[in-house]
Amino acid sequence: MTDQPTLASTPETGDPGASHGDSAFTPAFDHPLSPKERMTIDRSGMPEQDALLRAANFREVNLGYSQQLAMLEAERCLQCRNPVCIDGCPVRVNIPLFIERLRVGDMDGAAASLLDDNALPCVTGRVCPQEIQCEARCVRAKKGASVAIGSLERFVADWAMANPDRSKSAAATSSGRTVAVVGSGPAGLTAAGELVKKGHDVTVFEAFHAAGGVLIYGIPEFRLPKDIVQQEVDRLKASGVKIETNAIIGRTYTLRELRERFDAVFLAVGAGLPVFMNVPGENYKGVYSANEYLTRVNLMGAWNPESDTPVLKGHRVVVVGGGNVAVDSVRTAKRLGADEATIVYRRGKAELPARAEEVHHAEQEGIRFELQVAPLEVIGDENRWVSGIRCIRMELGEPDGSGRRRPIPIEGSEFVIDCEMVVVAIGTRSNPLLTASEPDLALNQAGYIVTDEHGMSSLPGVFAGGDIVRGAATVILAMGDGKRAAGSVDAWLRGEYPPVDEAFATVSAASTGH
Amino acid sequence: MHAVIDKAQLSPNVTRLVIEAPCIAEIRKPGQFVIVHRAPGAERIPLTIADADADRGTITLVIQAVGKSTEDLVALRPGDTIADVAGPLGKATELIDHGRAVCVGGGVGTAVVHPIALGLAARGVEVISVIGGRSKEWVIFEDELRRAGEVITCTDDGSYGRHGFVTDALRDVIEAGGVDAVYAVGPVPMMRAVAEVTRPYGVPTFASLNAIMLDGTGMCGGCRVAVGGKTLYACVDGPEFDAHQVDFRELADRLGTYREFEAHATEVAHRRRAAAQEDAADAVGGTCLIPGLATTTERQEAAAAAGDRRE
Ligand SMILES: Cc1cc2nc3c(=O)[nH]c(=O)nc-3n(C[C@H](O)[C@H](O)[C@H](O)COP(=O)(O)OP(=O)(O)OC[C@H]3O[C@@H](n4cnc5c(N)ncnc54)[C@H](O)[C@@H]3O)c2cc1C
Ligand SMILES: Cc1cc2nc3c(=O)[nH]c(=O)nc-3n(C[C@H](O)[C@H](O)[C@H](O)COP(=O)(O)OP(=O)(O)OC[C@H]3O[C@@H](n4cnc5c(N)ncnc54)[C@H](O)[C@@H]3O)c2cc1C
Ligand code: SF4
Ligand code: FES
Repeated sequence: MTDQPTLASTPETGDPGASHGDSAFTPAFDHPLSPKERMTIDRSGMPEQDALLRAANFREVNLGYSQQLAMLEAERCLQCRNPVCIDGCPVRVNIPLFIERLRVGDMDGAAASLLDDNALPCVTGRVCPQEIQCEARCVRAKKGASVAIGSLERFVADWAMANPDRSKSAAATSSGRTVAVVGSGPAGLTAAGELVKKGHDVTVFEAFHAAGGVLIYGIPEFRLPKDIVQQEVDRLKASGVKIETNAIIGRTYTLRELRERFDAVFLAVGAGLPVFMNVPGENYKGVYSANEYLTRVNLMGAWNPESDTPVLKGHRVVVVGGGNVAVDSVRTAKRLGADEATIVYRRGKAELPARAEEVHHAEQEGIRFELQVAPLEVIGDENRWVSGIRCIRMELGEPDGSGRRRPIPIEGSEFVIDCEMVVVAIGTRSNPLLTASEPDLALNQAGYIVTDEHGMSSLPGVFAGGDIVRGAATVILAMGDGKRAAGSVDAWLRGEYPPVDEAFATVSAASTGH
Repeated sequence: MHAVIDKAQLSPNVTRLVIEAPCIAEIRKPGQFVIVHRAPGAERIPLTIADADADRGTITLVIQAVGKSTEDLVALRPGDTIADVAGPLGKATELIDHGRAVCVGGGVGTAVVHPIALGLAARGVEVISVIGGRSKEWVIFEDELRRAGEVITCTDDGSYGRHGFVTDALRDVIEAGGVDAVYAVGPVPMMRAVAEVTRPYGVPTFASLNAIMLDGTGMCGGCRVAVGGKTLYACVDGPEFDAHQVDFRELADRLGTYREFEAHATEVAHRRRAAAQEDAADAVGGTCLIPGLATTTERQEAAAAAGDRRE
C-alpha cells in the first residue's frame, strides 16, 4: 500500500496482557482518518505460536494482538451508520461502539460497553465462529477483509480481565429472592451473573468438581486457557454467586427439591451425552468418545504426566467427525505425540462445521484430512486393541434437509486406515439424567427441553437455555439464552411475567458453528 | 471438602473409611456408588456406598488398595479431607420383596454386597450370604452380614470356614432349593462363574459391574458394557445388570485398558513413598503408550514439551 497514512508508532506483535499501561493508549495515527484512508489499512493478522512448536505443547495457539496492532486494526472500522455486523451477532454486541472507544484509547469505555453486552468476552473473542457471524456481515468483507472483530473483542476483554478494578459494576440491593441455576457452562454462568446483578440470591449446581461446562472440560487449553475460565468463575463468585460442585440434579438433589427450595430455576445442563457410530468394534480398547478423551485431557489434566488420570496415546490416531469437537480432539492427539493424526469426515472441506481458523491451524500443524470418507468398522487385533478403521469413500449428491450435499457411498471404494486409537466426535445428545426425572417437564422428540419464547419450560418458574434447548450449538447462543432467561426469571420473580421489554427474545437461532 | 471421620483396617488390603457426606447419606439406596476425587490432580474413581448414617451425616466406603488412587485413599487418616465426593450415582439395586436371596461377595465385593443384604433383610427376604477370601485374614464383613441372615464363609486354602470357592457353596445352596434371586459382587471371574452356576437353574442373578468410570453421569461412555448384545452405560443403566446377559469377557478386557499406566503409576508411587526425598525427575512418566509399540525418544521429548506449558 503506497498511500497508507503514517503511523504514530510502529506495530509489533506481543503479549496483550503485558502492556496495559494507560497513557500508552493513544490512537494509531496523529490525525483523524478519512474513510478512504481507513480503507487502505490491511487487516492485522493474529500473532500465533509457530506451528511446529505448538503442535508439541498445550499453550495457546493465538497470542493476541499487541496494543499497537489493536489500535491499528480499530482504525479499519468505518463506523457504519447502519452497522450490519451487529445483525450478525447473536447477542447484538454494539461492535462499532467498543471499537471506536478502543480507537480513541478509552479502554474503560470500551470494556464497559463490551461487558455490558457480553458477559464472557474473553471466551467469545476466542471461540466464536466470527467468520459466519459478525465478520461475515462486515461491509469491509465485500472488498477485501472484514474488520478483525473477534481479535479486537479479545484484546479489549483481556485488558478488562487484567484490570478488574477498572470494570467493576456496583453491587445491587438484595431482592430477597433465590434462584437455582443448574449447570455451569456458558448459559448457566451468564444467567448467574445477570441474576446476581439484579440482586437475586443465586446458587449454581454443577455435576463435575469444577465449574465451566464445556469451556473447562471440552475446549482445549491451546484454544481457551483454563485460567481464563477460572477467572470468570472467580469473578462471579466474588460478585456473590454461590457454586455448589459435585451436585448432580436428578441424583444428589431432584428438580422437585430445587423448586421447593428456590423461587425460580434455570436449567442449563448442556447436551452431554456422547453419540457413538454404531459400527462393529466400537468397544475395542482404544476407542474413545470425544467427551471422554477431552475430559481426561482437559478437566483431569492427563496431558500432564504428573496427573493420576491416564489417557491412551496412539502413534496413529483417527478422529471421526468434522466439527469443533473433532478438530479439538485431533489436535490434542497431535500434541500428545501422535505422528499421524487424521480427521475422517463424510462430507467435503467446505462443509466442515468447525471454525475456519481451527481448520486452518490444524492443517498448519500437520493434521491429515480424509474428506468424503465414512467409517464402516473398527478393526481390532487379537488382544482387542484397535488396529485400524475400515472406511468407504463418499461422493456428494443432492442437497439434503440441512442444505448440505448428501454424502453417498461409492461402491467398492473401501479401504483401511491403520491406527491404534479412534476418537468418535460425531455429535452429542441430551442426557436424560435430569430431564427424565421429572415427567411433567415437556421435551421434544430428541429429548431437548421445550420452552416458550421467553425461555420458560412447561413447569412454571423453571426456565431452560443453551444446548439442552437447542441441541449442540455455540457458546454465544448459550450465553444469549442465559441472558434472556435472566431477564425472564427476573420478570417472573417480580410477578411481571411474561416480560415486556426483552432485548434477547430475538436471539437468533441462525448460524451456529456446528 | 469431606472429612475422614473414622478408619479401620479390615484385611491386609481392605480399609474402611467413614467420611462426612450428609446430602448423600440422607438419600442413598443399596447398590449406589459415589465418585471420589481425593484432591486436585487425583483420579475420579467410583466406590460403592457400603453403609450410611443419615443422623451423623456420614457414608462408609470400603476400599481395596489395588493401585495408586485406592492406595492414596487408604493412606488418609481421620481428620484428613477428600476434595470431592459426588453421588449417589447409579440405579439402586432391584431388591426382591419376598422369598429367599443369596448374596455372593468376593474380596472387597463382600462390603459392596452388604447394603444389598441389609436392604433385602429389611423387606423380610431370607438372606444367605456366601462370602470368600484367600484365607482367614482376607475375610471381611462377616459379622456385619450376620445381621442380615446366615453367612457361609469360604476360604481358598481352607484356613477358615468352608474350603473352596464361593461358587461351590452357592451351588449347594441352590441345590437345596427355594432361591429366588442371587446378587453377586466381586472380581470379574467370580461374577462370571456365579452366572454360570445359576444359569442352568434359571435363578435371576444380578452382577455389579466395576467398569472404568470417569464422570458417572452418562457423559463419557467410558463405562460402556455389553449386556444382551446391547451397549449400556454401567454408571447410569447399572451398575447392576442381569448376570446371564453380561459379556464378562469384554468387561474384563476393557478393564485392562490402562494396565501399563496403572503398573507404572503404582510403581512410581511406591518408589516415591519409599524414598520421599529422591530426585523427582525419574518419576515423570506414565505415558501409557498402547502396548506393543516402541517408545521413541522423540515421543518422550514431545511428551515433555507437552508438559511444559505456562501455568
Ligand atoms: C470440544 C468442544 C469444542 C467446542 N468449540 C466451540 C467453539 O469453538 N465455539 C463455539 O461457539 N462453541 C463451541 N462448542 C460448543 C459450545 O461449547 C456449547 O454449545 C456450549 O458450551 C453450550 O453451553 P451450555 O451452557 O448450554 O452447556 P455446557 O457448556 O455443556 O454446560 C453444561 C454444564 O451442566 C453440567 N450438568 C449436566 N447435567 C447436570 C446435572 N444433572 N446436574 C448438574 N449439572 C449438570 C455439565 O457438567 C456442564 O458443566 C464446543 C463444544 C465442544 C464439546
Ligand atoms: C460402580 C463401582 C463401584 C465400585 N466400588 C468399589 C468399592 O466399594 N471398593 C473398592 O475397593 N473398589 C470399588 N470399585 C473399583 C474401584 O473403583 C477401582 O478399584 C479403582 O478405581 C482402582 O483405582 P486405582 O488407581 O487404585 O487402581 P489402578 O491401578 O488404576 O487399577 C486397578 C484396577 O482397577 C480398575 N480401574 C482403574 N481405574 C478405574 C476407574 N476409574 N473406575 C473403575 N475401575 C477402575 C482397573 O481396570 C484395574 O483393573 C468400584 C468400581 C465401580 C465401577
Ligand atoms: S460492519 Fe465492519 S466496518 Fe461497519 S461498523 Fe461493523 S465492524 Fe465496523
Ligand atoms: S462413567 Fe462416563 S458415562 Fe459412565
